[in-house]
Amino acid sequence: MLRIELTHQFADFALDVEITAGDGITMLFGPSGAGKSTIAKSVGGLLRTDQAYVQLGDRVLADTSRRVWLKPYARRIGYVFQEPRLFPHLSVQGNLLYGAGRDADLRRIADLLDITPLLARRPAGLSGGEAARVALGRALLSTPSMLILDEPLAALDARRKADILPYLERLRDHANVPMLYITHALDEVARLGSTLVLLRDGKVARSGSVKDVLSDPDAVPVLGPRMAGAMLEGQVVRHVDGLTQLAVSGGLVWVPGTAGAVGTKMRLRVMAQDVIVGTHKPHGLSALNILPAKVVSLYRGDGPGALVVLQSGADRLLARITQRSLDEMGLAPGDAVYGILKTVSVGPTDVFAGMD
Amino acid sequence: MINLPPEGWDALWLSLRVAGLSTLLSLPVALGVAVLLARGRFLGRGILNGLVHLPLVLPPVVTGYLLLIAFGRTAPIGVFLEDTFGLVLAFRWTGAVLAAAVMSFPLTVRAIWLALEAVEPGLEEAAATLGAGPVRVFATVTLPLIAPGILAGAVIGFAKAMGEFGATITFVSNIPGETQTVPSAIYSFLQIPGGEATVWGLVALAVGVALGALLLAEMLSRRVAARIAGRA
Repeated sequence: MLRIELTHQFADFALDVEITAGDGITMLFGPSGAGKSTIAKSVGGLLRTDQAYVQLGDRVLADTSRRVWLKPYARRIGYVFQEPRLFPHLSVQGNLLYGAGRDADLRRIADLLDITPLLARRPAGLSGGEAARVALGRALLSTPSMLILDEPLAALDARRKADILPYLERLRDHANVPMLYITHALDEVARLGSTLVLLRDGKVARSGSVKDVLSDPDAVPVLGPRMAGAMLEGQVVRHVDGLTQLAVSGGLVWVPGTAGAVGTKMRLRVMAQDVIVGTHKPHGLSALNILPAKVVSLYRGDGPGALVVLQSGADRLLARITQRSLDEMGLAPGDAVYGILKTVSVGPTDVFAGMD
Repeated sequence: MINLPPEGWDALWLSLRVAGLSTLLSLPVALGVAVLLARGRFLGRGILNGLVHLPLVLPPVVTGYLLLIAFGRTAPIGVFLEDTFGLVLAFRWTGAVLAAAVMSFPLTVRAIWLALEAVEPGLEEAAATLGAGPVRVFATVTLPLIAPGILAGAVIGFAKAMGEFGATITFVSNIPGETQTVPSAIYSFLQIPGGEATVWGLVALAVGVALGALLLAEMLSRRVAARIAGRA
């Protein structure tokens, strides 16, 4: 477990955070300038903040009040930067083994990341995606107690990003290293994260499990109304006509594509702006996914919009509707309604494989 | 074939020995000073920088004279070296080595400094996060990346040492067989009637060695760029 307490005064804003990161991937999410990278660098020992207390397991890595500040090489924290930063004078294998201890398993990590065929190559001959994977492997092979990924996909284009994401999932599921993942991309949060810490203006605006924070209406101002939405977990039931049927706690939903074998657990993201609320079960509607739900609460925004929090089985859904519709429908907490998920809202890029 | 009197060959042999030895001895010091100047943030960095570059801007005769004042047989350092190590510098070929080293030092330092600044600091940072302490980072990341720069610095320093004249002749004079290097020999033969043929031979050799060294330096610095960019 990682405990972080930091304060740092910048010219134009102050960073003041307390964060606890457990197993799995803890996502630090926020707009640029929120202080994400400063936190990562301070934990890694690369940037000395005004005040810092960093504890990893039972080791205190930094405690400025007692003048403790371990150098980066003494922290046993693997660091994956935005750029791969591979050593140009060493082969891929030389890079991978640079920080490796005796019990590091080169073969296993290289196989996990599909870089075994690249071992003899020089970094200059690698594609962006290959280099990113080698950088991941190199950090893992240094057998760190924790891995920091500082926007590891931000420098890659959409296609390369899609190539790397499955490998990050594999690491999450098989590498047994807790990770602190810095990002400003919500799709990475929804796909990879276990815990989510929302940062805004140098403060923790919200934190909790990814599922809870994403469907928390109070988090919407930080996420932005367009990015607000719930994350559901489902299990593949069957494939028909190029569609996949998934069982979620509140019923069955169809999503395009045939990702995942029957029984596979999946993550689904349902954006608030793609959910329509109906008081009666609709007929003659092109949308395939209609889930019975109950109104939990209503939030009126400053503008014309309003958020409706729906309980569907064990899951929460967010629906973004206009205040006008809200008043006309006379919705109130406790009302039985139907959440209509526009099929397009459950697109393939927002359907994520592999929860365990 | 170049036809030279024995003094000419002696001068060439001495020049090669002086330049080779001065390069070899000053290279580790130059590396250390370049690292201090490129990476160090300490009091007196400006003074060190000025001191290193002084031989580049002073008239060589002045440098030679200052060496004589510091390392002459009656000067404090000169007395100390003679009493402790039996090492005499003034008017000996060993002094020519010192003069050549001092004069070529700024060029060598600058070449290594440039190579150091071309090293991507992110690579050293990455090495540190992989558990490497400062010494290991320097030995396994910095040093390999600047190796071509060090070689280029050595070559340019060697060429400078081969051509050194002013400080050498002031500090160790122009004694055939002892301190007469190629430039000093050219100077001497120019004073002798009928010495032109020897002068031409020595000039040809000097030009050849200097040109060869420069071409080598050029090739090596190209390799620095290629290597750091990861193309080699």
